[in-house]
Amino acid sequence: MHRRFIRDLLERIRNRNSKIYETIIHGIFLLLGFISVGCVLLITVYLIISGMPAIREIGLFQFLFGKEWASTAAEPKYGILPFILTSVYGTAGAILIGVPIGFFSAVYLSKIAGKRVRSVIEAAVNLLAGIPSVVYGLVGMRVLVPAIREIFNVPDGASLFAAIIVLAIMILPNIIKVSVTALDAVPKEYEDASLALGATPTETFFKVSVPAAKSGIAAAVVLGVGRAIGEAMAVMMVAGNVANMPSLFESVRFLTTAVASEMAYSSPGSLQRDALFSIALILFLFIMMINAALNFFLKRDRVN
Amino acid sequence: MNKMIGLLTAMMLIVCMLIGCGSSRETVATDGSTSMNKVIGALGEAFEADTGIAVTYNATGSGAGIQAVLEGRCDIGLSSRNLKDEETAKGLDGTVLAIDGIAIIVNPNNPVSDLDVETIAKIYTGEIKNWKEIGGNDAEIVLIGREAGSGTRDGFESITDTEDKCKYRQELTSTGDVITTVAGNPDAIGYASLASVKDTVKALTVDGIAPSEAAIKDGSYVVQRPFVLVTRKDAKLTEGAQKFFDYITSEAANEIISSAGVVPVN
Repeated sequence: MHRRFIRDLLERIRNRNSKIYETIIHGIFLLLGFISVGCVLLITVYLIISGMPAIREIGLFQFLFGKEWASTAAEPKYGILPFILTSVYGTAGAILIGVPIGFFSAVYLSKIAGKRVRSVIEAAVNLLAGIPSVVYGLVGMRVLVPAIREIFNVPDGASLFAAIIVLAIMILPNIIKVSVTALDAVPKEYEDASLALGATPTETFFKVSVPAAKSGIAAAVVLGVGRAIGEAMAVMMVAGNVANMPSLFESVRFLTTAVASEMAYSSPGSLQRDALFSIALILFLFIMMINAALNFFLKRDRVN
Repeated sequence: MNKMIGLLTAMMLIVCMLIGCGSSRETVATDGSTSMNKVIGALGEAFEADTGIAVTYNATGSGAGIQAVLEGRCDIGLSSRNLKDEETAKGLDGTVLAIDGIAIIVNPNNPVSDLDVETIAKIYTGEIKNWKEIGGNDAEIVLIGREAGSGTRDGFESITDTEDKCKYRQELTSTGDVITTVAGNPDAIGYASLASVKDTVKALTVDGIAPSEAAIKDGSYVVQRPFVLVTRKDAKLTEGAQKFFDYITSEAANEIISSAGVVPVN
């Protein structure tokens, strides 16, 4: 019914005046485009409105640099420095482990690997990207956490270290896929010229191809940072979730998990709930900064 | 191609109709404590089989469930702690449905099998740090707990009088996670709803008394808490909700409540 009606309508309009038809189509697409813009605006405004009251009540300095978080204690304390530092350290650690592996994998896949090897590895990488984070968390909890306990001889394996390992694996597909795309886009003439001048293939890849693709690779790293800092589920299952100041083999709580783990039980309207929104706001600001960095790298790439 | 689309549309329409049928029936909405999942699930199933009225259960946590009743977003709120004075002052009524024992669990390989409440409190506040101090292996005690606001944590901490003093090594967000973690670490100790305890962990006796239904009902097993049905004093329940409420607080429901691992009181 609807479809035929719309089709007839469009037909009639088209016959009468193709310009109006075009305008209407443009209008519809514009409207659809605004849906995502609208969502971003809605989330931003909502977060700011619901995140500000607690910051105002606690005090920005107290909130950001307070070292203690005890939201349900008789004398509640709302300091999120442990969460901020944990998120920063955790992400940095994941990047430190994930980027070298991802980068060299990407160079290998794009430049060295044979067709069949490449298709197998790429399929595996795509699969890795598609695994839900709760599955990473479950495997981490069942395998990684007990393994860390055994290997490093610590009382309990749920720690910042476990979270870093899980995050490093989770960001690998992002880094590999984006880097491979960037490396594939390097004009073959550059490499041919380098080889013709007598450089070995390895020299060519690292001195010609990689520098030519460096903005794309930087974008891959930033994308990895974004994924690592925003991950909640997998981290919640392996990090232990105690609001300690970060230390490699201690139980820690990330910005994301701080929001996720207490949200369900906090009562609406309480300072605790408001403070959780404030944490979300801080996390949102972090992610905005990362996005800005990503845009910067991508734009520079386009200009070049 | 067009045929395919037509077929898909038709199928979607049929599905929509079926869903429409389902939701037009009367339902009873419950909301609250994650610990009450099993008992409400079993009761809801039996009630639906009897009356055809479906019972929905939203596992949000005691605080959120109480709030949901207050705002009229559900028929019956589920709380795994007694209502606070300020909550009853807002016009809420609590009816105890059952009593849940909180089991203190350790790894099956742990030689320790009995503790008293005082020792448990000392362990959780960090006063006792090594298992050998209480007759176990020479290993650091790993304290596993629940997140702030959890009904089980609230229950445990209020019973052992360790509120805000527990030095947790891990704060996990579900009973299942606590059990999994304790099962995977020989030096861990945790607490969980007795109903959810499995063979993968060992439930300790407290003051020499094992967590059993009889011991919980007569009060000799002291680590226990109530499961409370929360309703509003000023508003009447819908017909279906009232029926459900009467059914689960009647003796007829006792068997189902027991089979869910908690102790009925009515």
